[in-house]
Amino acid sequence: MKTFALTRANDSAQAIATAAKATTAQQGAEIRFIGGGTTLIDLMKLNVEQPKTLIDINRLPLDKIEALPDGGLTIGAVVRNSDLAYHPLVRKNYAVLSEAILSGATVQLRNMATTAGNLLQRTRCMYFRATDMPCNKREPGSGCAAITGANRSLAILGASEHCIATNPSDMNVAMAALEATIHVQGPKGERSIPIADFHVLPGNTPQRETVLEPGDLITHVTLPPPAPGSRSLYLKLRDRASYEFALASAAVVITVAGGKITRARIALGGVGTKPWRSTEAEGELTGQPATQAVFQKAADAALRGSKPQSENGFKVDLAKRCLVHALKLATQTA
Amino acid sequence: MSNKDETPERPEADTRSTFGQSSRRTFLSRLGMASLLATTGPAITTLAQRSGKMDQGLSAESKDAIPVTLSVNGKKHDLRIDPRTTLLDCLREHLYLTGSKKGCDHGQCGACTVHINGRRVNSCLCFAAMHEGEEITTIEGVGQPENLHAVQSAFVATDAYQCGYCTSGQIMSAVALLKEPCGPEDADVKEFMSGNICRCGAYPNIVAAIQSVRKNAKPQKPA
Repeated sequence: MKTFALTRANDSAQAIATAAKATTAQQGAEIRFIGGGTTLIDLMKLNVEQPKTLIDINRLPLDKIEALPDGGLTIGAVVRNSDLAYHPLVRKNYAVLSEAILSGATVQLRNMATTAGNLLQRTRCMYFRATDMPCNKREPGSGCAAITGANRSLAILGASEHCIATNPSDMNVAMAALEATIHVQGPKGERSIPIADFHVLPGNTPQRETVLEPGDLITHVTLPPPAPGSRSLYLKLRDRASYEFALASAAVVITVAGGKITRARIALGGVGTKPWRSTEAEGELTGQPATQAVFQKAADAALRGSKPQSENGFKVDLAKRCLVHALKLATQTA
Repeated sequence: MSNKDETPERPEADTRSTFGQSSRRTFLSRLGMASLLATTGPAITTLAQRSGKMDQGLSAESKDAIPVTLSVNGKKHDLRIDPRTTLLDCLREHLYLTGSKKGCDHGQCGACTVHINGRRVNSCLCFAAMHEGEEITTIEGVGQPENLHAVQSAFVATDAYQCGYCTSGQIMSAVALLKEPCGPEDADVKEFMSGNICRCGAYPNIVAAIQSVRKNAKPQKPA
């Protein structure tokens, strides 16, 4: 690991001013905020990340979960994944979020990992982590070893000829289906970013994963009030029963009234280069009865643009079945 | 503070070990010394120099060292460490608390599990300097040979280990699990313990040990 200076932020303004001196907030940033450290310290040990300065944001007052007057929820940036998953309001109103978080990692890691950190979780593509291999995300222009290599776990949606790395987070998929908003404080003031616009596709610049600029500090995430009468659910399919990233997952938030689906929010995990919201699937579901045939049409629509690689063709069907089954479970009458 | 420790205790000073006067660690290091003497002449000086150095702290102070005060098992320690020092390395190499083990060093195996403010974490993924003012508990703070924690006794009774390398991490997770929202079934325990890998495959016995403590029942080996 390369040497670095460790500073502790006592207020957000000071942390932002320090981080604003960096040339990027993306891969290779020389100044990094550190929360739980579960991704960053791991990547620093591999020399994939080599920050010269770390700003410890754990003492900032960003550790609260609070109900909003409109019935929504605000979640502080350094709220631990465990605390978020087990919060009574999350379990009651946003089951999909609780289930998604608890399906990821281990108790130890969830006790450490933060909300903002999980939003910024890095891919587990093995070529990104191996500094002796080409990787456009880690080292722009070096090539993508995954496209001709071991790509079984990688993306079939949103990839480019430069990068097929999967976004590994479960939490992000639930946040996408819940239409979360990410609140950022930066050198130019505050702004709110819908999660759909927060992560960016790899395109020609896979080193760029989010819209964050130098000095941008995620302060909190808000969730809109739960849709009346809605049910939500997260279904994750993987190689092991526990402690494994998704091969395919589905986050479903759905309302059925009078025999028809009146509202649906759908996001897929394990298959996209970003948390994969599917408005196409939502379009197939809305106004239709909650039947197997409708679910199948929605799943076909969600995967229509998929482009499998040499080893992950199975993911197309797996993701479809995952979504169909999730919809079935979410619309079953108790 | 009266309980501040300038020089951390060496494990060699602990004579309460179940191996009599010699702990497993001192025994192994003597064994290492003996085999070196038997096989490699020139290496002896190096080892002698190293063990001399160890008496003043394991390694030369880094030029980037910063002052850090850590509270471990109820004791305060004033240290000077490189910011890169993980909590695991700090515990093992600076405080000689070698019960916490280094397995993968990437948060995948759980051998390094300790508690911070009562919650279990992977100490290999923590920078020690970020944990000032927090209460750190290691396996050494959970129980001692003459005064075992109920989970430790249950692990002994059910043979919940073979090589023992993962055991301290397993026990730290199991002790934390007792206060976590874990369901009653064996499957729930397996899910909550999935962050601790055992290469020997003692899993059925580990689950039996934990369940016996949770049910306040006599520990029994699985059939």
